[in-house]
Order: sequence, then C-alpha cells, then structure tokens
Amino acid sequence: MKKTPHEAENGMLALEKTPIGIRGLDEITGGGLPKGRPTLVCGGTGCGKTLLAMEFLVRGAVRFGEKGVFISFEEKVEELVANFASLGFDLLDLSDSGILSFDYVHIDKSEIEETGDYDLEGLFIRIGHAIDLIGAKRVVLDTIEALFSGFSNEMVLRAELRRLFSFLKSKGVTAIITGEQGERSLTRFGLEEYVADCVILLSHHVSNQIATRRLRIVKYRGTAHGTNEYPFMIDAQGFSVLPLSSLGLIHEASSERIATGIDRLDTMLGGKGYFRGSSILISGVAGTGKSSVAAQFVDAACARGERCLYFSFEESQNQIMRNMLSIGIDLKRWVEKGQLRFMNSRPTLYGLEMHLVLIHKEVDAFGPSIVVVDPISNLNSSGSDAEVKSMLSRLIDYLKMKQITAVCTDLLPSSGSLQRSEIGVSSLMDSWLLLQVLESSGERNRGLYVLKSRGMGHSNQIREFLMSDRGIQLQDVYVGPGGVLTGAARAAQDSRERGEILARSRDFERKKRAIERKKNVIDARILALRTRFEGEMEELDRLAEEIAQGKVSSAAESSELVRLRMADKEPPEPGARAHGAKRGSS
Amino acid sequence: MKKRPEPLGPALVDSKDDFEKALGETGGGTYVLRLYVSGLTPRSIRAIEKVRSICAEHLEGRYTLEIIDIHQQPNFAKEAQIVAAPTLVKELPLPLRKFIGDMSSVEKLLLGFDIRKKD
Repeated sequence: MKKTPHEAENGMLALEKTPIGIRGLDEITGGGLPKGRPTLVCGGTGCGKTLLAMEFLVRGAVRFGEKGVFISFEEKVEELVANFASLGFDLLDLSDSGILSFDYVHIDKSEIEETGDYDLEGLFIRIGHAIDLIGAKRVVLDTIEALFSGFSNEMVLRAELRRLFSFLKSKGVTAIITGEQGERSLTRFGLEEYVADCVILLSHHVSNQIATRRLRIVKYRGTAHGTNEYPFMIDAQGFSVLPLSSLGLIHEASSERIATGIDRLDTMLGGKGYFRGSSILISGVAGTGKSSVAAQFVDAACARGERCLYFSFEESQNQIMRNMLSIGIDLKRWVEKGQLRFMNSRPTLYGLEMHLVLIHKEVDAFGPSIVVVDPISNLNSSGSDAEVKSMLSRLIDYLKMKQITAVCTDLLPSSGSLQRSEIGVSSLMDSWLLLQVLESSGERNRGLYVLKSRGMGHSNQIREFLMSDRGIQLQDVYVGPGGVLTGAARAAQDSRERGEILARSRDFERKKRAIERKKNVIDARILALRTRFEGEMEELDRLAEEIAQGKVSSAAESSELVRLRMADKEPPEPGARAHGAKRGSS
Repeated sequence: MKKRPEPLGPALVDSKDDFEKALGETGGGTYVLRLYVSGLTPRSIRAIEKVRSICAEHLEGRYTLEIIDIHQQPNFAKEAQIVAAPTLVKELPLPLRKFIGDMSSVEKLLLGFDIRKKD
C-alpha cells in the first residue's frame, strides 16, 4: 500500500489499496485499486478489458495470495480457459486448486419470459456463494451489461445494480466491473453512476493506420493519480502499462568515460570518449556511416564485456552483421556470446508509444549498458515531430535513469540542413557527432566532427574518416585554403608536402656540394700559392747560397791576385794561380 | 446473503410431497417444472402460490413441480443458470423456458406453457 503524498501530509488514514500486479498500473494508481470497493473498467470492443480484469485475478492469486472469483457474462469458462492459455495463464489449474473460481452467467433473452415482479437475487446468491466458498478477496464481473440485454425492466435492473455494488462492498471484496464504452457516456448503460470510486478507461487510438492502446484513470476517489493517457500493451506476458510521463530529470550523472571504439574520436572527445549514461546523437545524410560509427562503439563495448541492445528500424539483424563485417566489425560473435541483441522492427508496425513500451520491456529484460536506436528519424513515419520528440525525451530520460548510454542515429534530409535535428532532439542529446559529406574536386568524402559534447572539452576540427576493413579510421588533417582537404585533394596535399621536403633536401645537398667545391678551389689555390711561395723560397735560398759562394771565390781570387802580384805573403792556391795565370795570360 | 429472511420450511416439504404424489399419479408427468425462489419473501410466496394454482388448474396430473430455495442451495442457482428470482424453469417439454417474476402475469405463463394458444 503506497500512500500518496497528499494523504501523508494530512496525516490521515491512507486509502487502503489492493495491488493489481500489473506492471505500471500500480504505479499510476499509486498502489492499486481501492480495497474493498468496485472499480469500473470501461472501453470499446477488443481493448483489453477482460484481460485486465483476468490478470487482476491471476496476479492477485499468484503474487499476493488473494483468491478470486470471475463471473463471466459473455464467455463460457472453457472459452476463457482457452483464451488465457495463450497468455500462459493456466486457469484450470488455478481453478482446480481452489484459488480461482469461475462462473459463467448465461442470459438468453429468447428463453426468458418476464411474468411480474422480480429481482436479481439469483445472481447475488451465485456471486456470494462463489466468494464465500473459496474466501475470495477479488471479484470480476465481465461484462455486467449483458444483464441489460437479457432483462427488459430497466428500472429493476438499475435498482439491482446499485444493490449489487453495495453488496460487493459489504462483502469486502475488491471488484472490477467491466463495461462497454457508450457513444456519449463512458459505458453504454451508465454504469459509472454506480461505481463511484475508481473508473479506468481503456481505448484504442488509430492514427495513420497505426493503433495504440491507451489507458486513462478517469476518476479515483481519494487518491492522487496520474491523469494522462498511458500507452499499454498486451503481449505474451499479458498486460503492461508504462507510466512514461512520470519520469523526470532526476537521474545520476556519471563521470565515467567510455571509449568510442575509434581511437582518434576518443581524442577528439577530450581524450577519453563519451560519458557513461549519456545520450549520443550521430546524425548525417544517407551513406555517411552513421550505423558504422554506432556499430564500432557497440563492438568496443562488447569487447569490454558490456551488454548492448540494438534497435534497428531499417535493417535486419543479419544485414547489419554482414554489412559491418565488411568493415571489419564482427558483431556476430557478440550475438552468439549473448552480449548483443538486435531488435528489428519496422517503425510503422506500431505506434510510437508501442515502440517505446517495447524498448522499455526489452531493456528491462536484457539489462544492457548500451542501447542503440538506429535510426530515430525513421520513427517520424509513425508520428509527428512533436510526438517523436516527446517519445525520445521519455526514452532518453528512462535510459539515463538506468545509467544506460544511448546512441541514436539520425538520418538528415539530403539538403544537409540541420534544422530538423536541431528542433527535434538535439537539446536532449549530450554529445552530437555530425557526419558530413565533403564534396570537392569531383569526390564525395566522409567527414566527422563533434558538434557538441556536454561536459568535456572537445575538438573543433572536421576530420575525414575512412571505412577500411579494419573499421573506421580518422585521417590526418590537412587544412587547405578552402577548408579541410579530403580524399584525393588530401592525398595530393600529402604528396605535395612530401615533394617539398624532398626538394628542400635536394637544395641542401646542392648547396653542400657547391661549398665543397668552393673549398676545393680554395684548397687548390692555397696549394698553388704555397707551391709558388716555396719556389720563391728556394730561389731565395739559391741566391743566398750563390751570394755566399761568390764571397769565397772573390776572396780567393783576391788572395791569388795578391799572390800573383806578390804583394802578400800568403801561399797561392793552385786555382787562383791558374786563374791568375789565365788572367795573366789574357 | 445471510441477512435475508429465514429459509422456507414447511412449504418446501409440502411441495416435495406433492411432487412425489404427482409423479406417482401420472407415471412421469409431461411437465417438469422447477421454481427457484430466494428466501420466504412475499414475492416468493406469491410466486409459489401462483404456480401451484396454475398447475392445479391446467396441468392436473401431468406435472412435477420442485421448489428450490437458492439461499439454502446456492449451487442449484449456478447449475440452473438462475439470475433473477423468482424463476420458474420449464425443463420439459422442450424448449426450455424461464419465467421470471412473481408470476402475476398468468397469461404469459400459460402462453409459455403452450396451454393457451395465442388468439
């Protein structure tokens, strides 16, 4: 029993409630149906009234140990058993073990003749007997309006219905009474007059040929309840309602970072990648590699041992796995290991809210740490922009609350305008990667940049990326006069730069050689000069020698002359004599 | 429904005797009737009296009438698909017919019994 805040404030006794046991419905009603009172469940044909009522009994019996009585006015017990067997409810077993009791009230107008004054005591006794027999706490009357087709005295019927509801209250049972929706009133026969405590309306909206089941609590006396229309679904597990709008901005903000699977992208995102539990939008026009960037992230996450859930609205599981394998991302192994699960469905298969409900269910069942929605733009085919935004905000809130990282891809119209995304979902997203087509010099190349990334410093550069057989690789950046260079232009720039380096080194070599040559010339010149200088030195020496020799001979000559002239007493030298003789002879 | 008036006592016992007597007299009468009432209310008593008098008047010797208090035997109500009270069930001759009310509209009853043809 939950207390609503209102009641808690007053310090009054909270209205006692009987939990229904249906996912989501207990939340919306703040704990269940009013205990010991009848609740009216109304709606059109085939919107799940009987199922809701039956699940109330079965869940009550199985989960809360409360016995129940099902009084059917429309379907025979065997039919009920067969119908609910498909939902996994073994009504026969429950009935045999005395937990549930069924009674089919058959009213056939053709065999009934009214012959005066009567009341519906027979019905009261049957209900009372069924309740007393097993000690039931829960009762379902489905659909009591059948009485109106069987009996013509409406005055009596209305009086008896009023008595029936007070009879049920006096029995202390929590009851669900179902009623067919009328044209102008909630029920065809105005049952809401009698059941004043709680009225739940089920409806079935069809828009754009897509049907969505919704549930609304019209009235719940004494309780603050959710007033919105909540989508609900009926599947193999039965009834489930999602209190989608009750989510708020109360989630934790993790500061843990997780790698994107692309090294250089991590670097662009402040060096560490995304925040855990954040929402990431990857948008781009067709063929820019949105799914591949997402798949790379999934691959990295699975490699870290995390679990991923991949909702694909465009491609089948096998197609995605095949396509990703071509760029070297093997998703199949993760599927086989049970770490990755694909959920493929066409957006037009259900309404938006059903998708949301399905996503919730799957997320709850699988417990992933990463959810990929590929692409969110496709959901537009099942709702307007505003509806898509509301759905996504609820989805993101929900995932954030669970600390699940959400990756959404978004196909932009080929005009390349960001407007739709901007209006639509960008405000919900924490990180926004934009994949672009860069057209230049007759080529289309892929560029990636981080448009925003809350809470981290991120690169402002547009990076070209290539999808190779080793995954996605961001290329080096070349910024030319006209922006980032990509593809062949990048390659050309690359080779140009390389050429420049080569040319420079050649220049250097040349200069070096010239200097060498100059040195050689200088050396040669130095050698020549030195040679000349040495020659001159030699000459000088020779001269000096000559000079010295010349002194000696002249001395000898003079002594000879002296001798010859016999003016001196020195013995004459033979040479000097001969010389003198010669001289003498001449 | 414990707070309703006391269950029928002698009236039922009487009816059973009547039934057996009638059975003996006719050797398996053609009209098999069961009257389901809930407690000894004025309405129940009116219905019982009316049915008895009609049977005595029109079906003398060829009917069996069983009167059942569904308060005392609620199982019977379920088995016979009783919703309203009082209900008179004509099990035989076929087709099965249910007459509900205090049987004050004798004409309808007779029509239903095929005793009086529509004029």
